Amino acid sequence: MSIDLSQFHQVFFEESFEGLDVMESGLLELDPAAPDDEEINSIFRAAHSIKGGSATFGFSDVADFTHVLETLLDEVRAGTRSIGPDEVELFLQSVDCLRELLKGLQAKEDVDISRAEDLRQQFEKILGMAPSDGASLDDAESISNGAWRITFRPEGHILRTGNEPLRMFWQLAEMGTLTVTTDSSSLAAFATMNVESCYYAWELQLEGRNIQKEAIEEIFEWVCDDAELLIEPLVAEVAEADENENENESTEAIEAIEDNLQDMESADAEIIPADTKAIEPADAAPKNDAGEKAAKPTVSKAAETGSIRVDIDKIDTMINMVGELVITQSMLGQIGSDFSDDKLGKLQEGLTDLERNVQVLHESVMRVRMLPISFTLSRFPRMVRDLSRQLEKKIELVVKGENTELDKTVMEKIGDPLVHLLRNSLDHGIEKPADRVKAGKPETGIINLHAFHQGGNIIIQITDDGQGLPREKILAKARENGIVGEDEALSDEQVQDLIFQPGFSTAEKVSDVSGRGVGMDVVRRNIHALGGAVSVKSEEGVGTTFTISLPLTLAILDGQLVRVGKEVYIFPLVSIVESLSVDVSQVSSVAGACDVLRLREEYIPIIPLYEAFGIEPDSKELKNSLIVVVESDNVKVGLVVDELQAQQQVVIKSLETNYQSVEGISGATILGDGTVSLILDIAGVVKMAEGLSSELDEKAA
Amino acid sequence: MSAVDIEPNVDEEITSAGVETDQYLTFIMDNEEYGVDILSVKEIRIWDSATPIPKAPSHVRGVINLRGTIVPIIDLRQCFGMSAIDYGPLTVVLVLQVETEKGHREVGIVVDAVSDTADLDRSQVKPAPDMGDKINTSYIKGLATIDKKMVILLNMGNLLNQEDFSAMAEAQKSILELADETTE
Repeated sequence: MSIDLSQFHQVFFEESFEGLDVMESGLLELDPAAPDDEEINSIFRAAHSIKGGSATFGFSDVADFTHVLETLLDEVRAGTRSIGPDEVELFLQSVDCLRELLKGLQAKEDVDISRAEDLRQQFEKILGMAPSDGASLDDAESISNGAWRITFRPEGHILRTGNEPLRMFWQLAEMGTLTVTTDSSSLAAFATMNVESCYYAWELQLEGRNIQKEAIEEIFEWVCDDAELLIEPLVAEVAEADENENENESTEAIEAIEDNLQDMESADAEIIPADTKAIEPADAAPKNDAGEKAAKPTVSKAAETGSIRVDIDKIDTMINMVGELVITQSMLGQIGSDFSDDKLGKLQEGLTDLERNVQVLHESVMRVRMLPISFTLSRFPRMVRDLSRQLEKKIELVVKGENTELDKTVMEKIGDPLVHLLRNSLDHGIEKPADRVKAGKPETGIINLHAFHQGGNIIIQITDDGQGLPREKILAKARENGIVGEDEALSDEQVQDLIFQPGFSTAEKVSDVSGRGVGMDVVRRNIHALGGAVSVKSEEGVGTTFTISLPLTLAILDGQLVRVGKEVYIFPLVSIVESLSVDVSQVSSVAGACDVLRLREEYIPIIPLYEAFGIEPDSKELKNSLIVVVESDNVKVGLVVDELQAQQQVVIKSLETNYQSVEGISGATILGDGTVSLILDIAGVVKMAEGLSSELDEKAA
Repeated sequence: MSAVDIEPNVDEEITSAGVETDQYLTFIMDNEEYGVDILSVKEIRIWDSATPIPKAPSHVRGVINLRGTIVPIIDLRQCFGMSAIDYGPLTVVLVLQVETEKGHREVGIVVDAVSDTADLDRSQVKPAPDMGDKINTSYIKGLATIDKKMVILLNMGNLLNQEDFSAMAEAQKSILELADETTE
């Protein structure tokens, strides 16, 4: 009877990463001067679970390393050792190191343990331990011996704590030849027997080379508080093993455990290591707390398995709705099978129900994909801490609205732009402490990270109270690069918007943090690709605010239905600036090729959509048509269409699944009547139009 | 061809059980008979209007909604350089599931009419004639004769990988000429 452990690997990794996050956030919140016991406990528990898990799954590199970490933590917890900033730093480094190790294992790559080895030596130095390769006297003795007798007499409730003697014996058996004698003398009478209790005791004999006592103790580490355990060297004869009985007993044990999954839940929290002295078994509260705080780090590409944890409430709503849907369906079925005109009212009623059910179901399914934004934001406190150290600045990060929900796909893609913006604020925004004092500001700079919902969008604001954007410097740089003409007068907003231009950095020197080319233009492009927008507002000497607005989901889009000839296209509502019927006197022709509309103070090129897409319109006369002014990447164009129809939310379907990407089209959707309608990619259409006009130019020339 | 004519063929299949056979769906275009692997046919449906794709090549008639999936419709006549005909209520679309270079895809092809199904021994399928380097015939799986009539078996995956359909039209013409010669 053997269980394939690899099926649990994924869960182990996920839990370990969560544990590491708990450790990290705990360490960051830890005040070395007055360490909070609860905080240290949660760090310790996380480390301990990782150690236990990795040992179970045979990831000995991780287990060994965590063991040292845990020992030190235990001393801190017991109050025998104080923890200073250096230790915190070391712990943080080891969290990173463990994360690397685990990622490597998850991706089934060879892991580099040299870093772990370095850190481990540092820990051992702190602990005053001799490095493990210099074997101690005790070790030497045990190696020479190589045979052990283990008396293991667990207390009755051992199975309920989720511990499985059989598994321990397997582990022992891996070290050498194991013979097991089962002592069933304390077996209760059948009538009084409790299936969840363990009545056996075992005597084990382990023979092999290089078996250390510590190794055996480690296997029993989880249970030795709940059992009588005696490990002694052996030179005596080998007893007959009663494997069979053991086998039966274990099967029973497993059944008992399966019957009591709930028990196990709580048991999990009760598992405490052997050397615990000061701490009561952890109650469930801090554990849950930690679980909620836990956030998933960015997982490397190779390991992206795409599973999400969904709140049970969300699933329950869905199941309820499906139930109602089934009822409605059977009702409609009944009406349909025996239909007469007088049932029309009922039919309509049923259809209304159906519509409502489907709508709610749709919403709840979409909500499954929604995760709190803290999944992305949680890595920022660490980043700010490390960077402010590196930059020798004092910076405090205040995060608000971390429970704001956001589509998973959007969340994965927003991480990098956010990191970039934050780094920008850290590096360029906040001044050095001395400069801040000179400017009459508190020494510590504050960066606010605020996420909230507004309409169908999520807004993320990054505000710093730093030096703001230097208008003159930006303008000078822009003139130097030829982005802005010498005499052009620009408003503050226009100047500030210049930082989103490609290749624009005012950093005087390239640092490790920013000013290195991957600029704000990339940030803007990435956010545009998600259908969002980013803007900046700044006041010199007071601070800068970046505002990102993103659609809540990528699967649904607010669209404007627009007809050209026989075809109906969908314009994303976000990119429409305005729609107007044309006053022909405001249209002039530039170089006889491209028409330009004068709209207030702007000149907007006009693109007839029928020309760009090669379709037959109702009318080619401008005065009979409408112009929809759209904006993409700060370029406005007017698209000539025949009719504006309804506005509606549309579900985006990919054209590429079965066909290929089409220029000017970002996807397709299915309209109410079942026909397919194409969704315009405004940026693409603008590009096409540019090509079109240059083509026309060539023809004219 | 009548059902009676097919009968001997079927018997032959049964007697030669164990020989590997493939089943094909045959259809007619411009009086020529073509076949595709029947396992790739997902459904046969009546032509209904498709949403045209801007700037698409002329053989791509547009996209349709197939139970929530967007499926492109390709006019095979135009691929093969045949004269276009008006689509009527009898025009048929075969929705096929094909493996292309870019993976697994669904595509609809417009044909004149569906004709029959046929079981063919591997040995009955003759390779496509070599047309020289200039003409790519990889979209032709082979040629077979059913009831003294040549059937061109198509490899739809390779067909969709084709970039240049004018070259295909050329190939098509030469095959048909060749076929005429052999039948005469």
